[in-house]
Amino acid sequence: MAAPTEKPIFELKDCALVSLATGRRAQSLGELRDNLAAVEPESLYHHFWGDMLRPRFDEPEFKNDFAAWARHALHDYVLSERLALVDPTLFESLEELRAEVVEICEERLHEVDRAVWAPRDQRFHFLTSTLVVFDTGERLEDPAELAAVVPRLPRGSIYYHFIDARRRHPDGVDDFRAWLRDRQNGYGALCDQLCEVDPFFSTLLETRETLAGIFSSWFNGGGR
Amino acid sequence: MSATLLDRYGEVAGDEVVHHLRQLAAPLQGMRVVHVNSTREGGGVAEILHKMVPFMEELGLVPSWEVIEGEAEFYDCTKRFHNALQGNRVDVPRRLLQVYEKTNEEQAEKLRGALQDADVVIIHDPQPTALLKHFPRRKGKWVWRCHIDASHPHRPVWKFLRGFVADYDASIFSLPDFSQSLPHPQYIISPSIDPLSEKNIDLTPEEVSGTAGRFGLDPHRPTILQVSRFDRFKDPLGVIEAFHLVRQSLPRLQLVLAGGEATDDPEGAQVLAEVQEAADGHDDIHILLLPSDSHRVINALQRYSDLVFQKSIREGFGLTVAEAMWKSRPVIGGDTGGIRLQVVNHHTGFLVNTPEGAALRTRYLLSHREILHQMGRKARSFVRENFLLTRHLVEYLVMIHALSGRATERIELSRS
Repeated sequence: MAAPTEKPIFELKDCALVSLATGRRAQSLGELRDNLAAVEPESLYHHFWGDMLRPRFDEPEFKNDFAAWARHALHDYVLSERLALVDPTLFESLEELRAEVVEICEERLHEVDRAVWAPRDQRFHFLTSTLVVFDTGERLEDPAELAAVVPRLPRGSIYYHFIDARRRHPDGVDDFRAWLRDRQNGYGALCDQLCEVDPFFSTLLETRETLAGIFSSWFNGGGR
Repeated sequence: MSATLLDRYGEVAGDEVVHHLRQLAAPLQGMRVVHVNSTREGGGVAEILHKMVPFMEELGLVPSWEVIEGEAEFYDCTKRFHNALQGNRVDVPRRLLQVYEKTNEEQAEKLRGALQDADVVIIHDPQPTALLKHFPRRKGKWVWRCHIDASHPHRPVWKFLRGFVADYDASIFSLPDFSQSLPHPQYIISPSIDPLSEKNIDLTPEEVSGTAGRFGLDPHRPTILQVSRFDRFKDPLGVIEAFHLVRQSLPRLQLVLAGGEATDDPEGAQVLAEVQEAADGHDDIHILLLPSDSHRVINALQRYSDLVFQKSIREGFGLTVAEAMWKSRPVIGGDTGGIRLQVVNHHTGFLVNTPEGAALRTRYLLSHREILHQMGRKARSFVRENFLLTRHLVEYLVMIHALSGRATERIELSRS
């Protein structure tokens, strides 16, 4: 999105990514903890958010790869439940998120009597990703256009503007809020509604549906 | 190639992915991308390249596909490489290694005009891997694309190949578990199927039943199928064992083992003989040795079957799984490699570890038809989102952008 304070238009973008191996692997909880403490933050981000761009069967209880691995490879139900509850939107930085995940692993290491190893072919592979962002060429000048545009946005656009945006804006807001609040046109309550949308425990298509409902209600249904 | 190829893919795969392709390809117009492998027919790599290349062309790139050639000893050597990368403790005599290097040296001279100035060269699998060392003044980026399950390679052979691979600018593996310790970026890209190819397009019921009839299949009896080369890693003997176990309760079951021959697989005839011996002339075990261009026949057989096996004990990816799933058939697959990525246990099929496990799941599905059909529908949807050629190409284009001097976590493309 363009810098909203300079141009009062919204540049619609889209994105695609490809995964890369970091070379880091874990076969036990101890190895997971050690690698979590050292891996580049981009990998942490990938395992919490990056996979959202890949359609897959939802496992709502395992919205991050670490929890899924604890369940399916280590068969540690306690650990997987604790990891699954980690909501990255509640942390102001990836380092704070890292500290939380490492702490959960540490806690579990103190609880278990013996090391549990995953099968050799089910090791956890720390990945990262390259994201390519492209300009769709579409421009919005009036926020009311969001009501018509958002329902047809591709998943990549939702990811870029509503999830990836939080890493780009210093105060961690999404692109829609960044644009609306800069209009200084009474969109505060709308921004509050957007703030309440939790993208982590939803698929991108579910998030799109939620956003579309909010914008439709605000601009078409007298929600303001 | 029709000018509307992208539109046709849009109808099948969805407009979103085609939109992505156009956007990603726009800055890459005129880029020369060369694929190199060792066979034009047979095997999943050749099938992918047959469509990947014209697709890239329609997007405005300038792709080409080169094939290296060698004598029988060269293929003997590379078959050993293949088995060794998949974990077999295979010795490769020094003489064969010399043949391998010599063949690559000769092929490098033959291909110099095509490869020296290419912007991107993608080398598929071990056969042409050593070409790189003969291009010290290459212009473009060279990528090694490994289609093999190299998760636990036989170390001496990997050590030999790594000596060549390490000098590449990047490598691509089908699964994270296959990646290696290498001094360059390792991309994780699954292969794909082409929904518009002869092997995957819709067929009429008449063509499906007609094909099955030609091979003596009884349309009133349940049928299971495994399509694969006659290769030990595909465990055709385990499939026959599972068939016999299921027959104890479903005596009308028919089994089709449909295999082809790749020109770079000298071991196939030996395994085929073992399979024929195990089948022992059983009337309901149909062993079909099909020419490499029997795509439409395989398509019909997959559609004719009630469910499909891919009971591999090692698998690079197993494109036949996605092919069967695309035809709304659940797959009973070996719990290994790329099959795990496609067969979502209890959703798109079942993962099994033994002939007994395969027999159990087969009995279950054949006696719960509604679940079988429900799984089939989910399987097709899953392939549509994850394993079509369009997604594969999107990831290649993202990688090419990353290799083109802007390799960072994030690449912003401008519309100009």
